[in-house]
Amino acid sequence: MKKKLALLVTMAMVLGLTACGGSSSGGSGDAEPAVPETKNEADTEKGEGVMTYEEYMAAELETEVVVETYIQAKQEWLQDETTGQGKATFYTQDADGAYFLFEMPCTEEEYNQLPAGTKIKVTGYKSEWSGETEITEGKFEIEDGSYIADAVDVTDKLGTDDLINYQNQYVTFKGLTVEPAAEGSEDAYMYNWDGSGDEGDDLYFNVSLNGQTYSFTIESLLCGPDTDVYKQVKELKVGDVVDLNGYLYWYEGPNPHITVVTVQ
Amino acid sequence: MKNKKVRAGLPCRLLPVIVLLLALTCGLLTGCHGSSGMAEFQVPESFDTARQFELTFWAKNDTNKTQTAIYEKAISDFQAIYPNIKVNMRLYTDYGKIYNDVITNIATNTTPNVCITYPDHIATYLTGNNIVVPLDDLMQDPSFGFGGSELAYDGPDSGEVIPEFLEEGRIGEKIYDLPYMRSTEAVYINKTFVEKLGYEVPDTLTWDFIWEVSEAAAAKDDSGKYAVNGQNVMIPFIYKSTDNMLIQMLKQKGAGYSTDEGAIEIFNDTTDEILYTVADHVKTGAFSTFKISSYPANFMNAGQCVFAIDSTAGSTWMGTDAPLSDISKDKLVQFETAVRPVPQFDPDHPQMISQGPSVCIFNKQDPQEVLASWLFAQYLLTNEVQIAYAETEGYVPVTSKAQTSEEYLDYLGRGGEDNALHYQVKIDATQMLIDNISNTFTTPVFNGSASLRDAAGQLIESVAKSVRRKETIDDAYLKKLYANTISLYRLDQLGSGDAIGGGKQELGELPATSKALLGILALTWLLIAVYFIRDRMINKQKNG
Repeated sequence: MKKKLALLVTMAMVLGLTACGGSSSGGSGDAEPAVPETKNEADTEKGEGVMTYEEYMAAELETEVVVETYIQAKQEWLQDETTGQGKATFYTQDADGAYFLFEMPCTEEEYNQLPAGTKIKVTGYKSEWSGETEITEGKFEIEDGSYIADAVDVTDKLGTDDLINYQNQYVTFKGLTVEPAAEGSEDAYMYNWDGSGDEGDDLYFNVSLNGQTYSFTIESLLCGPDTDVYKQVKELKVGDVVDLNGYLYWYEGPNPHITVVTVQ
Repeated sequence: MKNKKVRAGLPCRLLPVIVLLLALTCGLLTGCHGSSGMAEFQVPESFDTARQFELTFWAKNDTNKTQTAIYEKAISDFQAIYPNIKVNMRLYTDYGKIYNDVITNIATNTTPNVCITYPDHIATYLTGNNIVVPLDDLMQDPSFGFGGSELAYDGPDSGEVIPEFLEEGRIGEKIYDLPYMRSTEAVYINKTFVEKLGYEVPDTLTWDFIWEVSEAAAAKDDSGKYAVNGQNVMIPFIYKSTDNMLIQMLKQKGAGYSTDEGAIEIFNDTTDEILYTVADHVKTGAFSTFKISSYPANFMNAGQCVFAIDSTAGSTWMGTDAPLSDISKDKLVQFETAVRPVPQFDPDHPQMISQGPSVCIFNKQDPQEVLASWLFAQYLLTNEVQIAYAETEGYVPVTSKAQTSEEYLDYLGRGGEDNALHYQVKIDATQMLIDNISNTFTTPVFNGSASLRDAAGQLIESVAKSVRRKETIDDAYLKKLYANTISLYRLDQLGSGDAIGGGKQELGELPATSKALLGILALTWLLIAVYFIRDRMINKQKNG
């Protein structure tokens, strides 16, 4: 009996110690972001008081908007340092366009109940930050329905004014050639936009098409160092020809958040 | 700077504050945290050079690879001087993440040895016992202190660390961090536009001046474009850090913010006045903020902003010829940039915030390891490190030894020679701070001071957003805003009783994982109690 009791006590202590240890590593958002496996049709009819994508785009900035949309991928859930409130950023899309939900308040439990494909109704404010149209201070409710968007091929839109019309959508670029990440460098990627970062930070890499070079990003909050795409980019070589899938984020111009890399 | 909106948040699975709370309250878990049982550090009489030490240094850079290279060189040079000390650096670009990781590692007794940090954060670290090493004895130690006889490098002597900066590390009776770099905020001005609008840029701007010119710049012509730039976009005045905005305005007005003990004074009539003023100028389109619009530098360099208030440590992003830029070259416009102190209510008695990274040392069981940490931390104050790092941005070295060195004075004197190391705007910003060191101030540091700072910024952000959303800003609005802010930032749970060493932070309901942990602990003690009672009863029966 004594041995059993001692074992029980020890196990309880070990469990306690394990839970206390925690983790200090950086991380990513959705464990498997933006890898569409199931496909459903998005509802084309909107509920009462819900905007169509066209109406949303026509709405003035800083006005309240209501949309029905489907989660495509999500960045890491964060807890505000001082208020303790939870929030997360979502890439969402319906049949007609995409909606970027910036730092939408939600609990960790709610965040975990929102896998890719989930239909939600969001009420928030239409905002713009450095060219990125987004919904801020969103409140959401889960609705019935599921939809994962196909990647839209926008390769021929690169470098054109038309590209912004696909902002925040899940897109693909095909046949791009990997270029040096910085002038005079032979590396295909760098940490942060200027190489100042470290493992776990965003990765930046350059690709070219028809003589023009474009900068793409692995957003670490979306795809952290444990994800395949993060590791893949670190394996890229200058001269590789790649197809890239990701979300067409915007920051003072196109700044795609890449989630899938396929070396041809 | 590029591509990252400030995300004042923490990764979920770390749950740092909760972990800290558990570590600090669950005294039985000595094997898990150990921190509450750490002995107070005593300076050893000598440093054991026969032993090998491996230190962890958590450093912060401004997403600037030159700064990274300077850290690496500093480590390399230091290791050459002390071959028995190896320094492993972990790089961060965000103070919040450092704070988060430190809190987590306090709980597991795996804090770094040396860490770049902010005093507000140290105040939280200090809720544990002997976690952060007080530096008073180390600084004064005749062998290893400032100018110490046993130092193997030429560090600053006692008195050569700028006293105002050094005092910023004082929390309660002791100094817990060394200043590493100092900056303040500056107004970066499109002088070309100001003069086009019919004004001259004064040596010190008043708030009245900046509002008046901003309103003038918000005027549109008959075609609907902004008259001053001929573009469809113009935000005349953008403030990067609105917490600093309110803090400095209150200070200049002599109004309350907080007491040294942590009593909250921010909700007062002067704050009302300031918020009404902000609302008026948001309404006309004359004013916006970083959180609402974007980086001031992006608008300024595109000719879409007249006054950009940002840190002097952001000066390399400001101006037509700025060495760093997030906007494409075709968007850049030509203009002359002027740098001035933040606007003042009383220009004859300017007051401005002092900010910038500090460095602290975490306590360890082995005093020799702590001494090795101190040797490295103090090395960061040598001229080699101070001057090199300060030159990367509009930072000022924290020692008079560096500030008055021939090398540094030569650097300051060569402003404008090129648009890289000697970028004029950067050196103007640096010189502005040097000229105003005696006019700088800091806010009181206490457990919860970081929350109050965030709340200050949120007041301005909320008013600005509400105006843009056509809400009415009146007394009722402010009353509700104050109540919501107090609740959101738990300001009603701070106060004089919560200064350092005072109370505990109220952290809300524990998450399920923490409840489970506490449940396991309770079960463990229960089982132990059952075992002893049962054991005693058996013994009694045997003896009886």
